[in-house]
Amino acid sequence: MASSNPYKTYLNIWLLLMFLTFITVYVAQFDFGTLNVPIALLVASIKAGVVALYFMHLKYEDSMTWIFATYPLFLLFLLIAFSATDIFTRVAN
Amino acid sequence: MQIMKFIKSLAYPSEMLPPIVEEESHFDPETEHSAAKLGMWLFLATELLLFGGLFAAYAIFRAKYPTMFAEGSASLDVVLGTVNTVILIFSSWTVAVAVSAIQENKIKLVQVMLWITIICAAIFGINKYFEYSYKLSNGITPGTDIFYSIYFAATGVHMLHVFIGMAVLGVILKKTYEGRYSKENFTAIEIGGLYWHLVDLIWIYLFPLLYLVG
Amino acid sequence: MSHSHSFDKHYLEDGKGFKSWFFTHDHKRLGVMYLWAIGIFFVLAAIASFLIRFEHLSPGQTIVSAQTYNVLFTLHGAVMVFLFIVPGVAASFGNFLIPLMIGARDVIFPKLNLYSFWIYCAGSLILLLSLAAPVDTGWTFYTPYSIDTGTNVILVTFGVFVLGFSSILTGINFIVSMHKLRAPGLTWDRLPLFCWAAYATSLLQVLATPVVGITLLLLIGERYFGLGFFDPAKGGDPVLFQHFFWFYSHPAVYIMILPAMGIISEVIPVFSRKPIFGYKAIAYSSLAIALISFLVWGHHMFTSGQSKLINIIFSVITFAVAVPTAIKVFNWLWTMYKGSVELSTAMLYSLAFIFLFTIGGLTGLFLGALAADIHLHDTYFVVAHMHYVMIGGTVFGLFSAIHFWYPKMWGKMFDEFKAKIAFTLIFIGFNVVFFPQFILGTQGMPRRYFNYAPEFESLHQLSTYGTWILGVGFILMLYTLFKPVGVADSNPYRSVSLEWSMPSPPPTLNFEEIPTVTTSTYDYGTKVEQEA
Repeated sequence: MASSNPYKTYLNIWLLLMFLTFITVYVAQFDFGTLNVPIALLVASIKAGVVALYFMHLKYEDSMTWIFATYPLFLLFLLIAFSATDIFTRVAN
Repeated sequence: MQIMKFIKSLAYPSEMLPPIVEEESHFDPETEHSAAKLGMWLFLATELLLFGGLFAAYAIFRAKYPTMFAEGSASLDVVLGTVNTVILIFSSWTVAVAVSAIQENKIKLVQVMLWITIICAAIFGINKYFEYSYKLSNGITPGTDIFYSIYFAATGVHMLHVFIGMAVLGVILKKTYEGRYSKENFTAIEIGGLYWHLVDLIWIYLFPLLYLVG
Repeated sequence: MSHSHSFDKHYLEDGKGFKSWFFTHDHKRLGVMYLWAIGIFFVLAAIASFLIRFEHLSPGQTIVSAQTYNVLFTLHGAVMVFLFIVPGVAASFGNFLIPLMIGARDVIFPKLNLYSFWIYCAGSLILLLSLAAPVDTGWTFYTPYSIDTGTNVILVTFGVFVLGFSSILTGINFIVSMHKLRAPGLTWDRLPLFCWAAYATSLLQVLATPVVGITLLLLIGERYFGLGFFDPAKGGDPVLFQHFFWFYSHPAVYIMILPAMGIISEVIPVFSRKPIFGYKAIAYSSLAIALISFLVWGHHMFTSGQSKLINIIFSVITFAVAVPTAIKVFNWLWTMYKGSVELSTAMLYSLAFIFLFTIGGLTGLFLGALAADIHLHDTYFVVAHMHYVMIGGTVFGLFSAIHFWYPKMWGKMFDEFKAKIAFTLIFIGFNVVFFPQFILGTQGMPRRYFNYAPEFESLHQLSTYGTWILGVGFILMLYTLFKPVGVADSNPYRSVSLEWSMPSPPPTLNFEEIPTVTTSTYDYGTKVEQEA
């Protein structure tokens, strides 16, 4: 941990995560129509990013670790994109 | 116990038990430390893709059956889900503190933090048990419809990871009492911590997708 | 094991008895044990295939019933794929060679390496236990049949799931070893091409396997808990299973072939006495294959009912994946051009690899073309194509490796003359078995069928006769390998690669002093070679 006082950072991060959790639950009461899922995913991704960067110290890791940490997300995108393209462009015989 | 050791060995390779005599390592500690971290990140990548199949299924079937997902999601207990989210994020924090504490040789703090983490994991499991049994007693099973298939499969596989994480952290905790870790030798705690954060990460996505926005 | 002993004794002598092997952390012993294991499974699955071919000597029932036939081809496929060829070259020669080639004393996580082997053994046992109620789904476990059939799908898929862990952990071990343990001076652009290929393979093992893991877990869940993802009766989608399955299993094809390509890249320059041509092109094409192979899985599903749009997308990308493969082939050929080629047994297998793999690869393009695939899908054409790649490619690559590193691995020499006769029989036998199957396929003979129309009889018989030649070749090869004819010195083939710089067989901890690398691995025809 490069920061001089990691405990303080962790506390702040935790408070931020709690706040974001509150946001997650709070905004779910409103119906944004098709934006519901993107908004939920956006908040979740901010939380996940914060956990990875600070709790998991990804911020201080080398580029190789970054590649291994992010490449699976791309593969997951491929898996969803290609299978969904199939399933939603099928024409019934 | 053998199983615990074995599970642990998956998370932290270079400190495993049989044969009991500690073998002299062929590599220097700095290399071993950075290698263990890189290896763990690779393992986390596989975990992510393991859940990836479930996320892909979620995306596709949610788009296909929006009403089913809306109804299913509404039937889940948001309060329990939120409580579990708070618990997991809290336990992620305590693990992070433990990882930093060991690097300053604060063994006592490490032990307290790991105890809290494991207790949080147990509470998470108990909540999930109530959630499952409530659903099952109402006749809702994994086969009820696709939404519940996703719900049970995703949270079930996640629960399995919570248990594995508990076991890993439990073994590490036990070893802290044996004086195995110090600021020179803390890779196991760091690696175990990374695993636990992943369990948290997955839940951060599962919670809104299943409980909130169905 | 103490350090003083670890350099006087070679690894085969250092410790005797079952325990010294089954609990070893030595990457070389683990490599040898993997080699034994995959060898045994290869023989088992080959026997199943011989029975399958024998059954086809005449239309209708010849020796086994239809149900037994289904079991036999499932057994053949599942054992060959999951127990033999996926761990295959990577686990056996990868383990044996990578630390030697990168100048390290072992892989980075030696104990984890042992656990990978144990997990492999456990997974294999679980898979074979299913023989009590043998599975009849084919090795692909397609839904919905795999949900409905009364056979032991759960046990087999669970076995494959366990084997996946072994594959993942081995992959992690190799990747991290190559990042952290390369000897001083061994930069990425000096790394032997086998290591590059093993690196790309490991990436695929690590990143593709978890998806098939969850897929098979869900399949077990469908049978056990009534999950509905792949069951059309519950609103699920059986084609989604195929998507998930091939998301792994197409990259898995490259898990099978890439290490063999790495071997060819090592063998060809040694026996051409020339530096490898296009080092960077070969190295990067391995990575390119690892990347593109994730984008083409749908070409296994052109007739599954998936949408026309996605068919076109997958077909186009499939043609792209042929490019890095062709780059390798051309570079191998150019390496030999004007070299002083020595036709040793290992070289013969490598040359056969290029020839057969090219046939296998080009027929793959027929299948990647949408219109042609509609006709050829699920016919013997696919069977022939796949075997030209898997046997003509991977197995010939493996045989090349077994002969090339035989002196290093065992410290002995084999009888080159007998080995070449064995090669000739295997080469001829293989082509007699599988070339007629291309023709059968174009004429419409469907794969996996127990019975066939009388007009296919003569080609079927020819194919079956081929298996007999092939079988004799295998037996002669094994005989040659088990009857060494002399002691090997440290570098009988005058290779300049690191693993040949140490005694044969290598001492337990490989390098008493970690070497410093100052040249490329392929400095043939230069000063370095004269010194070697």
